[in-house]
Order: sequence, then structure tokens, then C-alpha cells
Amino acid sequence: MHQKSLVELAADLRSGVCSSEELTRACLQRIAGHDQRLNSFVTVTESQALAAAQAADAAIKAGNAGPLTGIPFAHKDIFCTDGVKTSCGSRMLDNFIAPYDATVTEKMHEAGAVMIGKTNMDEFAMGSSNETSFYGPVKNPWDETTVPGGSSGGSAAAVAARLVPASTGTDTGGSIRQPAALCGITGLKPTYGRVSRYGMIAFASSLDQAGPFTRSAEDAAVMLGAMAGFDPRDSTSVDRPVDDYTAQLNAPLQGLRIGLPGEYFGDGLDAGVGDAVSAAIDEFRKLGATVTDITLPNTHLSVPTYYVVAPAECSSNLSRFDGVRFGHRAGNPRDLTDLYTRSRGEGFGDEVKRRILVGTYALSAGYYDAYYLKAQQARHLIRDDFMQAFKQVDVIMGPTAPSVAFKLGEKADDPVSMYLSDIYTIAVNLAGLPAMSIPAGFSNGMPVGLHMVGNYFEESRLLNAGHRYQQVSDWHTRTPQGFE
Amino acid sequence: MSLDASDVVKIAHLARLGINVDDIPGYARNLSDILSFVEQLNSVDTTGVEPLAHPLEATQRLRPDVVTEGNNREHFQQVAPETESGLYLVPQVIE
Repeated sequence: MHQKSLVELAADLRSGVCSSEELTRACLQRIAGHDQRLNSFVTVTESQALAAAQAADAAIKAGNAGPLTGIPFAHKDIFCTDGVKTSCGSRMLDNFIAPYDATVTEKMHEAGAVMIGKTNMDEFAMGSSNETSFYGPVKNPWDETTVPGGSSGGSAAAVAARLVPASTGTDTGGSIRQPAALCGITGLKPTYGRVSRYGMIAFASSLDQAGPFTRSAEDAAVMLGAMAGFDPRDSTSVDRPVDDYTAQLNAPLQGLRIGLPGEYFGDGLDAGVGDAVSAAIDEFRKLGATVTDITLPNTHLSVPTYYVVAPAECSSNLSRFDGVRFGHRAGNPRDLTDLYTRSRGEGFGDEVKRRILVGTYALSAGYYDAYYLKAQQARHLIRDDFMQAFKQVDVIMGPTAPSVAFKLGEKADDPVSMYLSDIYTIAVNLAGLPAMSIPAGFSNGMPVGLHMVGNYFEESRLLNAGHRYQQVSDWHTRTPQGFE
Repeated sequence: MSLDASDVVKIAHLARLGINVDDIPGYARNLSDILSFVEQLNSVDTTGVEPLAHPLEATQRLRPDVVTEGNNREHFQQVAPETESGLYLVPQVIE
């Protein structure tokens, strides 16, 4: 059962081949049997999942089943879940039982999907390896001595190891696409504002966006259809109808214009990754696409811009964790300052502290223009590069990450080197564009991701390109050894 | 840009963020590395470029000023570390 795609499972549920309760129990069993090795879950919500599965079975019997009714999924522990611990991978929220549901949680529930648990992640989504989690690192199912990527490492590893057919993630600088690439699965970051941020614990509000992890583009289309939509409770949510993301999946790729930015194939790209990506692009040629070289001349500014904008917004967002209203509170405070300082000092881990410090500095009196304003200007240049490119091409392609999964601990002491693992994904968040990573082969036995970037609200086009490629390739069906 | 230990202490105070004395040199080194790295931004001329705050250049949406939520104080205070009579408790601020 665990080898079937979400779409196949949905068909089985409707035709009575299996019940949601059986499917949910099968996933719970997979987690019990395999997750001790991976550490991809922070919380497994067995009793709630079984109750939701029984409700889904009743809905299916009554003929009220949608495409996600009865499908088990794992939810990144950044989304608030009413009555269930929502830790955000931090000691700060280790005791936090969310008092309300995030909009995405609510929408998945309304779609009849069965939440099976909350997945491990880098602390407050700050990291590219899942090593900054208070709950310990997640292991990559393809090689347990390597990282799964981050920050949504648990969600990616759980799908790659066939523990669940789908999961949710969030992507501020690559946190869906980079772990999808490193774990050999499909991950989609929608256009900024497409999926509601309400109840999704904020890291960098002008960059954060939620999206799905699945094995295939077809499954991702179904997940995105449920997650997306206007939400008046998110002030940057975009009021625009949601496409039927499955409608265009099979459209022919004849005449699709693909752009390859020279900047994404230069120094720093691992040769094996480059070869796999080039081979994948050749497949798109065979499918009828045309390929053009393009340039994104301000690419080199994207990581430095991000490491001003993201920490600045993080230092502001994380000021709400003060030991007063929720979360960790230090014992026996001397005075109010001591309460704030020690609650935050004890509750936050190293990388979160580093980013709060960088952001506080960048926003402090006398430095605002030199850092934050300058970065917002550079951000405009980076966005303009993409707008220029989309005059010539429909989809921009390249590698998702410069290398395959690196070893646990390899970059843990060198923040700048860790930041550079998101070099191809970060510009997309700064511009607010939709992008997807799909499996495109292997290098040294480890998965490689192909990165596809579209124009605003062109998720359907990316899903179409991904789906057609997955009709002629089988990388997305490969399962890591030991998890077959 | 290079930060020393006293800069780190000052920034940590601004952020009301407790850090261990032993960790200060490490933070000073990491922060200096990060700031030197972001200084690449100075290589580009941004004269006259509008800062981009929202990727879609959307402005904040407003809604009518009417009550839309009920009073959920008790429910939300269940996750608070210390409360009394509907109030959040903090150490004494005024003598």
C-alpha cells in the first residue's frame, strides 16, 4: 500500500479496495517500524488520525468523497493544530499546545485528509539541514549519515521513506525545494500569497510560503488544490480564484520555452548534479520544448540580500516569544528584563540566536539604510531579472541545490557555507515566484533535483511540465534501500 | 564589518536575548563572517532603485473596523505560563 501514489490511493478508497482506517493504520505501522532511524516526526497523532479516518470512511460511504478524503498526510510542525503540540522545532514551543488551527490545517481537514502527525524541522524553519531542531537531526533515508535538507527535513524524509504519501512544508529560502531535491521527491513552493500564512508560525513574513511534498507532480497538484486560496486572515493573501491544478497536467509540452540561466551552471555546481540536470533538460527537448540560454545577472546578490531581509524580519517576528503569553518561561525572574532575556536565551537555539542578532543589528539605529534598505533595493533588481527572462521563456530550469545531500555535521559550524546550499532557490523567494523541484536522477547514489521556476501564478504550468517529465522518467518512483 | 565582543553584548541586549559568556567570541566571529558576506551588496549601484517590500507590490488590505471575533481570552490564556484573573503575570515593574 505504501508504494502507491496519492492519486492511486484516492481511487482505491473510492472503489473500496481499502478503507481510510486501513490506510491510516498502515502508515502508523510504517512510522512505528521505520521512524526511529529517521526521526522525521516530532508528534504522531494516532488517536486523532484514526478518528479522522473513520469520519472519512463514513463520508466516502455517503458518496461525499473529494480527492483527498481519507488520505493520510504529515504536517510540518510549523502549522498550528488546535489541541496538538506545535513546537516549530524549538525548545521555546516544546510546551505549546496550539489553541487554534492554521488555515492550511483547517483546509486539509475540510478536504477530508487525515493528519497523522507533525514533522521535525529546523528550529523556526532556520536551517538547510534539519540539524538545528531541538528534537535532533532528521536522517536522509537514502543514506542515514547524510542530511535530508531543511528546513522541512522531516516532511521530506517521511515522504521519501514511504511513511506517508504526502506532507506539508514551508519555504522561505528553499525549505521545500532543497529537501525535496536531497530526498528524491517532488516539492512545490507556490507564488507568494497563494497559500495562507495564517497560523503558520512566522519566520520572514515577506518570503514565507507553504506548499506540498509528494512523490509525483500529479499528487502535488491535488495537494495544492486543497491548500491554496484567499484568506482574509492573512493580510498578504492574494484574492484570486484557485486554478484546477490537475486540468493542465497532460497538456503537450510542444513549444514550451525553457530558459537556462548561465549563472546556475557555473562555479560551485557539483559535476554529477550538473550532468543529471542536463540529461533531464534533454528529455524536455525530446518532449518538444525549446531550450534557450538566458541570464539572471544579479544572481550573486540573492544570498547576501536574503541574509539581510530574512534575519531582519525574523528578529521582528520572534520578538513575540517573551515568556509572558505562551512558550518557554525562565524560572524565578528577578525583573521583567531578566524574564525576557533568560526566557529567550533558554528557549532559542544557536542558529535562531545568530539570526536574531544579525537582524537586530541590521535594523538598529544608523544601520537600517546600509543593510535593510539596500537589500530591499537589491531585491528589486533580482525580481527585475526574472521579469526580463520571462519575456523570452515560460519556465526557468536548473539544479535545485549545488550538491547532493551532505554529511551530518559537515556544515554545522560554518553558517555561510550552509547558507550557500540554498543559492539556487533563494532568489525565487525574494521575487515571490512559484517553483518546484522534481527528481532528475542520481549522483553517487544520491538523488538530484531539477528546479523549475515559473512566472507568477503559473503553478499549473510547472505541474504540467513536471507531470509530463514523470511520464517518461522513473526517478520519482525509486525508493531508498530498506524502505521498499 | 567586524564585530567584537562588546558589540555582541550590545546587540544581544537590544534583542533581549540571553547568551552565554563563553559563546560570545563564537557569535562575534559568526556575525562578522555573515556581515562581511552580505557586504557584497555594496558592489552594486542601487541609486534610484525603489525598495521592494512585497514581491507582488501589493499594499496592505484594509477591512471595515467591526468586531469579528468573540472573546476567547480564557481559551488563549490556557497556554500562558502564569495568569491571574484574566491578566498575564510578570515580575513587578513599578515599586
